[in-house]
Amino acid sequence: MIRVLLPAHLRTLAQVEGEVRLHIEGPVTQRSVLDALEAAYPMLRGTIRDHVTHQRRPFLRFFACAEDLSHEPPDAPLPEAVLTEAEPFLVIGAVAGG
Amino acid sequence: MSKVRLLVGTRKGAFVLTSDGKREQWNVSGPFFGGWEIYHMKGSPVDPSRIYASQSTGWFGQLIQRSDDGGKTWQPVDNKFVYEGNAGTHQWYDGTPHPWEFKRVWHLEPSLSDPDTVYAGVEDAALFQSKDGGKSWQELAGLRGHGSGPHWQPGGGGMCLHTILLDPENPDRIFIAISSAGAFRTDNGGATWQPINRGLKSAHIPDNTAEVGHCVHHIAMHRSRPEVLFMQKHWDVMRSDDAGDSWQEVSGNLPTDFGFAIDVHAHQPETIYVVPIKSDSEHYPPDAKLRVYRSRTGGNDWEPLTKGLPQSDCYVNVLRDAMAVDALDSCGIYFGTTGGQVYASSDAGDNWAPIVRDLPAVLSIEVQTLS
Repeated sequence: MIRVLLPAHLRTLAQVEGEVRLHIEGPVTQRSVLDALEAAYPMLRGTIRDHVTHQRRPFLRFFACAEDLSHEPPDAPLPEAVLTEAEPFLVIGAVAGG
Repeated sequence: MSKVRLLVGTRKGAFVLTSDGKREQWNVSGPFFGGWEIYHMKGSPVDPSRIYASQSTGWFGQLIQRSDDGGKTWQPVDNKFVYEGNAGTHQWYDGTPHPWEFKRVWHLEPSLSDPDTVYAGVEDAALFQSKDGGKSWQELAGLRGHGSGPHWQPGGGGMCLHTILLDPENPDRIFIAISSAGAFRTDNGGATWQPINRGLKSAHIPDNTAEVGHCVHHIAMHRSRPEVLFMQKHWDVMRSDDAGDSWQEVSGNLPTDFGFAIDVHAHQPETIYVVPIKSDSEHYPPDAKLRVYRSRTGGNDWEPLTKGLPQSDCYVNVLRDAMAVDALDSCGIYFGTTGGQVYASSDAGDNWAPIVRDLPAVLSIEVQTLS
């Protein structure tokens, strides 16, 4: 299983508390995690990445293991600690706005 | 006993305000979707329990919410707005081509005959339709396909399709308005469109009377006379008696003819309301006095309505979708401000009182008159 922590607004939208746990078939990458997340919680489609291009929304970042993975290729493997559930995959909203 | 329900969209969530027919005591529920911008909410005229809401933020994009119980509970429906075909470009602020990009839904207009059919006016300007209660959306691409689309350009608030008027006598006729392209009409259910801007004059475009390029802020109609339209343009209050084929200015004695909101009395089709705003840059009431202006003659002759409204030190704005009227015998008028006040008049504007004073900035108000 993969641990995913969403921003508060998306936890409210998905009606979940705390972390989400996802089973991923095949390689664990940003793309496969987000595919599984959107399959489990369809209301999140379009809120993290664009419906069509699948580009990350500009005010969101992906962190794991104290690293910013936002600009890594979407099919790059996630860190081993994410695969072993030692660390979560974090979807972070920018601290900005009023 | 009649009941009134106000659907208030704000910068930080949605609120539902309810009262009985006396409109003296109000119950405020919300915020729904706290922290999100609610550009617009509107109920189906066929099934008033069915309400659609446009929910968005810069972080997470666009959501559409649907309520089937009058706003008590909500379910997210489809939020996929994809332009048909090759979206192409429109003009950017500097006149260069800019790709058409979906940003948000400004206005939702439920069908007059089917609660599952609803129209969405979006930025960058386009019209979408859902026929399944918001579960999927399709662009009515004939609008952008009119041919003038590559020449449309954004207004200060973006290139938004903000006004959708459905003709109650002709289901194939729809009016829309875009900032700052102008007004358009279809007579065949959205397949093809024509600009309806003859008579508009706008100093901010090279050809002041061009076919497109006018910054129309809002349009209103009375359902008994769908061929008569009233427009608040960036500057100028306008009137058309031929379904938009031609327009005449009716600004008359207004202290300023800039503004955003315009609406029509529920039972007197020649009685119209605007809120004059100082511009081009201030966007607050002239003389710091919040005054609704009423014309009982369809324009030109205007009277200020001030009783109960702040007449000093007032620096709020009233946005284009933030005024609405109820259908009770003594027509109620409502508007919301960027300062978070929602004002109500239960006597067609003679007297006003705030329902709430401290909401987030109000983006939109719609009224449901319930029996």
